Amino acid sequence: MNIPAELKYTKSHEWVRMEDGVAVIGITDYAQDALGDVVFVNLPQQGDDAAAGEAFGDVESVKAVSDLVSPVSGTVCAVNEELVDAPELLNSDPYGAWIIKVENVADTEELLDAEAYAAHCEAE
Amino acid sequence: MKLIFEKSVPGRHCSLLPKCDVPDAALPEALVRQTAPALPELSEVDLSRHYTELNQRVHGVNCGFYPLGSCTMKYNPRVDEDMAALPGFAGVHPLAPKDAVQGCLSVLDTAKTYLCEITGMDGMTFQPAAGAHGEFTGVLLIKQYHRKRGDFKRTKIIVPDSAHGTNPATAAMCGFEVVNIPSAPDGCVDLEALKAVLGDDTAGLMLTNPNTVGIFDENILEITRLVHEAGGLCYYDGANLNAVMGVVRPGDMGFDCIHMNLHKTFATPHGGGGPGACAVGCKAFLEEFLPASALMQGEGRLQVRSFMGNFLVVVRALTYLLTLGRDGIPEAAQNAVLNANYLMRRIQGTFEPAFDRVCMHEFVLDLSEYKKETGVSALDVAKALIDYGMHPPTMYFPMIVHEALMLEPTETESKETLDWAADVFREVYARGKTDPDYLHGAPHHAQIGRPDEVRASRNPVVRWTKP
Amino acid sequence: MSYVPSTPEQRRAMLDAVGAETYADLYRDVPKEMLLDRQLDLPEGMSELEAVRTMTALAEKNKVFQTVLRGAGSYDHFIPAIVKSVPAKEEFLTAYTPYQAEMSQGVLQSIFEYQTMICELTGMDVSNASVYDGATAAAEAAAMCRDRKRRVTLISAAAHPDTINTVRTYCFGTGDELKIVPAKDGKTDLDALKEMLDGTVASFYVQQPNFYGQFEDADLLGELVHAAGAMYVMGCNPISLGLVKTPRECGADIAVGEGQPLGLPMGFGGPYLGFMATTAKHMRKLPGRIVGETVDSKGKRAYVLSLQAREQHIRREKASSNICSNEALCALTAAVYLAAMGPNGLREVARQSMAKAHYLAEALTAIDGIELVYPGPFFHEFVTTLPKAQEVLAALEENGILGGLPIAEGVLWCATEKADKASLDRTAAIVKEVLAK
Repeated sequence: MNIPAELKYTKSHEWVRMEDGVAVIGITDYAQDALGDVVFVNLPQQGDDAAAGEAFGDVESVKAVSDLVSPVSGTVCAVNEELVDAPELLNSDPYGAWIIKVENVADTEELLDAEAYAAHCEAE
Repeated sequence: MKLIFEKSVPGRHCSLLPKCDVPDAALPEALVRQTAPALPELSEVDLSRHYTELNQRVHGVNCGFYPLGSCTMKYNPRVDEDMAALPGFAGVHPLAPKDAVQGCLSVLDTAKTYLCEITGMDGMTFQPAAGAHGEFTGVLLIKQYHRKRGDFKRTKIIVPDSAHGTNPATAAMCGFEVVNIPSAPDGCVDLEALKAVLGDDTAGLMLTNPNTVGIFDENILEITRLVHEAGGLCYYDGANLNAVMGVVRPGDMGFDCIHMNLHKTFATPHGGGGPGACAVGCKAFLEEFLPASALMQGEGRLQVRSFMGNFLVVVRALTYLLTLGRDGIPEAAQNAVLNANYLMRRIQGTFEPAFDRVCMHEFVLDLSEYKKETGVSALDVAKALIDYGMHPPTMYFPMIVHEALMLEPTETESKETLDWAADVFREVYARGKTDPDYLHGAPHHAQIGRPDEVRASRNPVVRWTKP
Repeated sequence: MSYVPSTPEQRRAMLDAVGAETYADLYRDVPKEMLLDRQLDLPEGMSELEAVRTMTALAEKNKVFQTVLRGAGSYDHFIPAIVKSVPAKEEFLTAYTPYQAEMSQGVLQSIFEYQTMICELTGMDVSNASVYDGATAAAEAAAMCRDRKRRVTLISAAAHPDTINTVRTYCFGTGDELKIVPAKDGKTDLDALKEMLDGTVASFYVQQPNFYGQFEDADLLGELVHAAGAMYVMGCNPISLGLVKTPRECGADIAVGEGQPLGLPMGFGGPYLGFMATTAKHMRKLPGRIVGETVDSKGKRAYVLSLQAREQHIRREKASSNICSNEALCALTAAVYLAAMGPNGLREVARQSMAKAHYLAEALTAIDGIELVYPGPFFHEFVTTLPKAQEVLAALEENGILGGLPIAEGVLWCATEKADKASLDRTAAIVKEVLAK
């Protein structure tokens, strides 16, 4: 299980990286493994509001669908459109394939560091 | 095999219509379609053979055992088909004058009499076309009831987490917030969990009894009492009515409205996914909210589809009800329950039931231990059954049992078939222990090997296109 | 009679095997006070022969008309024999939903072929495997179009009353607003529509040809709707599409309709067939089952239920629709009908239906006191004035003819290819005779 030390994590298995005040958000290796082959990603639109602890989209595998929960509140400033045609990137490169970027970050969920997240996955 | 379009030969056709015996009417140029639809061009022989070939690649109830849990795949009597094809039913226009449709009205009225007696309800509509559509109709009764009383604060419908997906989806379509409550370990309602969510915002509860693991909830009177006490109504999902018809009635369990899947309990064929037909019954105080057709004296009422519903399916169900009668109805239920218990006990010792107690008309096998031991999943076992000519049970439902296989043999299977099926399960069980790879690769002798579903979803090809 | 094959001895042996003395032991979880302590208050069971007698007697209480000149959502077209025989094949008839692709390729392929034919008819990119009927297809289409910002649904007053009422009911369910766009001269009022279109409107539904049989200005309506940023939904008569401009050519985003004219009997209203098709862009919003092509483990072409994560069994309360069972066998029937007709046969059915309707309209309006109510071009239905309507219709019924449907605006007539010239002439003669009295 790959859990990069430099990222922060949510209990619902999203990762977040802060880049100059912008939150870059994706799903973890654990999440993609549990989902299996991702076949589609429902993305928000640029300019939509994101709310900490609430769904901003979802990912579909053949037999399951899972909400994407935003770790922060703010405004969606970028959406990874590449995922529309190549959702499998979430499986092959979960930490490279970011899903959205959020700016004007106001509120933040309680985030875990890599060690705490590893323990959380272990417990699930 | 080839698609019908790949068999098309330009210029070939069936000879079906006479020459037009009146002058042509001109269609204004602006309204004319620019290109003809690329429908296949075939002779009747081509058509007959194409569909015969397709039909040979379908497993119906007539082909063999079909223990698909929660779907009640009982035998569909042929006489029901004959009755639905009578010109006196099939040839009736829904908007023909009343005096010309007295037979149709009698069919609906008689079916209502039978089904109200079986369920303990007072009023009924046959307008919904399928089970989920009936749920929608029933929950709208609940919504209208609260509104009429001016009670707008009831915004929540309670659904156990073991429920069919249609229940929460229906509640959402009716504008309610869905409150999922965890089930007790046996799939029954956890009374404490129920009490914790009941309140003056409760519009109602949706419940199946027997529940989705095939167990009759013995607390049912307490459950419906609690909901009523909180001011909510109780909705009975009739998916599992086959276990109890003629033995115990939803109306006597305290339910206010109910839907029945005529295509399950009352033996009308599933047709590869439909048409079904649904009867929604209710207690007298909800009758004023039943739907009707706008063109058929339904002014002011809600309406969930056109006309009176899937009438010809009701004809089939009524024929079935007439043949069973007052004794045959409970006899069917009792033997559905006996067959399920018998099959469960015959399989036990290999695959283990999730709940080691008497079941109703269906039961769930829990393969999680077996999977740990052998690596063989419920999916592998299901696929292996196909090689024996048996339709697999329902897989991975209900979600509260991991590696679930849900079997519903129905009453129309003989002891010999059940013995054979149990032997097949035992054989597959043994094979998985010694040769798990064989099961991972199953089916081996089916129409196709396992399909690539990921590819189908990632790159959807949902129609044929001319090469 | 109960279709239970086990003999009394076998039942006894099975009860013994599960440790039950009687059937009652199997119901030990049911509280005693709840068990039905009496027989059902219903007649005794019947033999097959008695059931046939009873049901046949009921069927004979209905009157079957030799000539049907009434439509209004249910149409009396000719049904070729092959179209009846294919769906009666027992495997097609008794199979469940094709969840197990390895033993359901026949059903799956037939649906894939149906989806293709609906796409060809409508000009759209993707069709689902069917919904209940045309009215629910319109309601499901409206639901597809709503998003967080746009919640209002518009529907033309010239649509079928059952469709309007069904869409209203679905809107009542979700708590969304439905507004009716008024009709003028038997067609959607363009000026009224313009007024009503704003940033809250999610979609507009028009029926083509509409309830009165009139052709709408479908292109113009589409332009208005799109200019306001809303989605354009067209409800089409599938027979007319053999001849008439497709919804795609008219700019529709979603095409729906009642598939009953495609080989399904009138059957007092059902089972019928709701078809739904849309553009590739909106594919994943389409409700209901969709069959897709893929390959199996050996690389062979195969078909599966695809895009299932849209559906209620996976998405539960977040699904856009709760639909599960659909009208698969009716879709199969429609596919056999379309294949039997082919492109030329379908155009011929459309052409003849239109010709017969116009012939009937001319014959009727040649009679003093009868006039067309609406001026525009029509397909195979039209509204006339009719003095002494009840008397006229009763006289026709006595002669085995089901005349037009009395509606508020007059009488709504319909003709299909099934009516021959002689029966149309006879109809006009009877009408004339009653009015001359």
